[in-house]
Amino acid sequence: MIKPDHVTTTTCPYCGVGCTLQLHVKDDFIYKVTSPFDSPVNHGNLCVKGRFGYDFVYHPKRVTKPMIRKTKQEAGKRTQAFDLSEWREVTWDEALDYVADNLVRIYQRDGSDAMAVYCCAKATNEDNYLLQKMYRALFRTNNIDHCTRLCHAGSVVALQQAVGSSAMSNTASQVIQNDVFIVTGSNTTENHPIISLQMKDAVEKHGAKMIVVDPRRIELVDFAEMWLPLKPGTNVPVFSAMAHVIVKENLVNHEFIANRTEGFQEFIESLEKFTPEYAEEISGVPAEDIRKAARLYAKAKNAAIYWGMGISQLSHGTASALALIHLAFLTGHIGRDGTGLNPLRGQNNVQGASDMGAMPFHYPGYMRVDDPTNRAKWEKTWNIAEGGLSLKLGLTTTEILTHAHEGGIRALYIMGENPMMSEPNLNETRKHMSQLEFLVAQDIFINESGAFADVFLPATPFAEKDGTFSNTDRRVQRVRAAHPPRGQSRPDWQIICDLARRIESRLGVASAFWDYSNPEQILREMASVNEDYAGITYERIDKIGLIYPVPHMEHHGTPTLFTESFPRGRGKFHPLDYVPVMEEADDEFPFILTTGRVLEHWHGGTMTRNSSLNEAYPEARVEIHPADAEIHGIRNGGPVMVQSRRGMVILRATVTEKTSVGVVFIPFHFAEAAANLLTNDALDPQAKIPEFKACAVQVFPARDGDLPNPEAVVERGRY
Amino acid sequence: MSIKLMMDGKEISVDEDATLLEAARENGIDIPTICFHEATTPNALCRICVVEVEGQRVLQPACIVKAANQMKVQTRSERVVRARKTILEMLASTMDLSDAPEVLTMMDEYGADASRFPDAHRRESQVKDDNPMYVRDYSKCLLCWRCVQVCADDAQYTYAINFDGRGYETQIGTFFERTIPETTCVLCGQCVGVCPTGALKVKREYLLEQGMTPDQISVLSMGRKKRKA
Repeated sequence: MIKPDHVTTTTCPYCGVGCTLQLHVKDDFIYKVTSPFDSPVNHGNLCVKGRFGYDFVYHPKRVTKPMIRKTKQEAGKRTQAFDLSEWREVTWDEALDYVADNLVRIYQRDGSDAMAVYCCAKATNEDNYLLQKMYRALFRTNNIDHCTRLCHAGSVVALQQAVGSSAMSNTASQVIQNDVFIVTGSNTTENHPIISLQMKDAVEKHGAKMIVVDPRRIELVDFAEMWLPLKPGTNVPVFSAMAHVIVKENLVNHEFIANRTEGFQEFIESLEKFTPEYAEEISGVPAEDIRKAARLYAKAKNAAIYWGMGISQLSHGTASALALIHLAFLTGHIGRDGTGLNPLRGQNNVQGASDMGAMPFHYPGYMRVDDPTNRAKWEKTWNIAEGGLSLKLGLTTTEILTHAHEGGIRALYIMGENPMMSEPNLNETRKHMSQLEFLVAQDIFINESGAFADVFLPATPFAEKDGTFSNTDRRVQRVRAAHPPRGQSRPDWQIICDLARRIESRLGVASAFWDYSNPEQILREMASVNEDYAGITYERIDKIGLIYPVPHMEHHGTPTLFTESFPRGRGKFHPLDYVPVMEEADDEFPFILTTGRVLEHWHGGTMTRNSSLNEAYPEARVEIHPADAEIHGIRNGGPVMVQSRRGMVILRATVTEKTSVGVVFIPFHFAEAAANLLTNDALDPQAKIPEFKACAVQVFPARDGDLPNPEAVVERGRY
Repeated sequence: MSIKLMMDGKEISVDEDATLLEAARENGIDIPTICFHEATTPNALCRICVVEVEGQRVLQPACIVKAANQMKVQTRSERVVRARKTILEMLASTMDLSDAPEVLTMMDEYGADASRFPDAHRRESQVKDDNPMYVRDYSKCLLCWRCVQVCADDAQYTYAINFDGRGYETQIGTFFERTIPETTCVLCGQCVGVCPTGALKVKREYLLEQGMTPDQISVLSMGRKKRKA
């Protein structure tokens, strides 16, 4: 039996649930993870990633020394270097001076519009606050974004338009107070495993009824009262038809509509066309099921909606989310415990990174950058002369890369993200990446994006730094270092401060202040302006965190939002039209591809594919319905080529009724068969989120020899 | 509503739904437990928590028996102590308790003699190492059922493991003796988290115990299933 040197309590670095982890450490090596049974979010339960997926910290391929590319890279000819032999180990001084010299050179030559940065939803609030501060204060640009754009941007914009706030309205643990709840576009079992346990508890132990609306027969369907298998991208007609039924059958909450909303009349006129029969024709969901679901939801005492990327990752993602918001407005299932509009946030700290202003339109606290009053507040905090900060809205994640050309973005700084896996239409992304004049990667591994960089700054993973994460239901929790950084790696916040000082001295400007002695000082600086975090200190969140808004030091947090009013005043209905996905199936490409994640892996795979998790799930699989498989001569486990108008991948098939006829599914974690080579880079016009959830593809049987890694195969019995 | 009862000669007052174990713990009276876990449904399997209730013929497991008005309970009577000691001695005679420090402490406390039943048939089995995350050593299993419960309705709703066999041959197993990856197991490790005896162990911890260094262990996860550049 191993006796730990110490046990460090921290927060899980994977999904947005925010489980408490206890890292058992012996000789600076985490050999076991447990979770206390009184933990506020997960009650001692963990998933495979949280309990076992920490070994990437010690993976031999982790980079722990600063490095500069041996061959000088040029815009247009930039290449990927995965092998360490293509890099030169340098000192931190040399690496950071090199970065400062190049960033300042490009900034002084081409100005603010040439500069851009990807913040990181995996990093802490403190890391993200500092990186956006560096780009806003020193390079005077709002070209700052992170993967929230590729994730819930549609939900964020819709919620901002309709209620004026973009986080979950209620906590996930309130699911046991629901009488009825809708889960849509979320494979919760695999993507928010601990919330799915609470959902199952709600059904099995608390009598709740679950309605699953999803093109895939996800595991939650086993526990559901109803499953509405809609075609990908037909959310608006299905949920608008539910609204239609609620209005026509007079199941609306008149009092709520009168007192708390606006635009109702115009909205119900727009609903006329959304009959259940019309929705059935488009979505394939039987009209009678739509009626039944609408009645269940509307007649419940307490009902809530939980949703994921299946709503937002569409070229009409904003409209899809609005269609859900309308259901809550019509019925008044919002503003009380056990109700709500709950977008399940993906990353451990995507909520926090967004709160920290790692976005092109907002300072920390969702303060618009084009409002001079907001600008003045941050100018004061950052010691900048009046009018110094930019009022110009920045570019979003996808736009930053499409603007990587002469006269556009010249220098990009990537902290922890992997756009070469997570962007749609990766062949295009590759071209854009190669066009950059200067690229900095701050990461723990050389991933597909970092391989393009000029300089690699070795950061520390969650287990080697202090800070905070804000989880999906707005709980701000501590992250604590379990042991010192490996090799010469440094916590992100320290790298940023060191670099910012070097940039400032080259620019010869007054200091915006970078001399923090600990991360809490960073959080407090941010909280001095961002009222949601005003009452948060490390001491106050030490044990169980606090759910923001926490407006002052005596405040105990706000689990349920909108009890009295919405941040924008009244909730606003938005009349909607049905807009099909950009690329529908046709004779040439007869299948709709939808993408997502699997339980064992995380996004671009930088962490999980360098972990024993990869042994449990070593390869990409395409899910195809048995009826389709038969027609196309595809057998379970057999190699398949999947092709879209943009790219092609070869991978094994899983023949399963989990997917519907005409729909195939590929997870996007696997570089050797990257689903995003196929996806469509069409964007939602408002949220700028790409259409990851639907594009047209064709499938063909392939040969074993064509597989990128034929020996990687593990047969699993799990769902 | 609260009720009053006598425990070890002391009058205590508890909620009417409380078990005797809860009643004792609320009032600072120590009743030992092994199979009981705050996160699982109590089943009174190990019987270490038995107490003597006046008027009851046999000893009562405190983890499931509800407190009742005017009940008179002895938590450390001679009969109780003898029963607990015997339970511990029987456990020690049939299984490997080396990874169960709490049980070993209990044995000291109750003066249990590990060699009292020298002819007992020990449950011994090979370490099952069939997945990347955890190993199973059922020589160390005392059949508390916690792993089965958290795999089922007490947490995970996955139902990958259950009791296998009958009587003395009972073990925790998978259906049709499948390997863990072939079952419905999602490798969440809730079972590892509640195992009181080290029968279920994180593989990395196991490898450290086997004498491997952290560096050797870290190279392992790289070895198989290498990705193509």
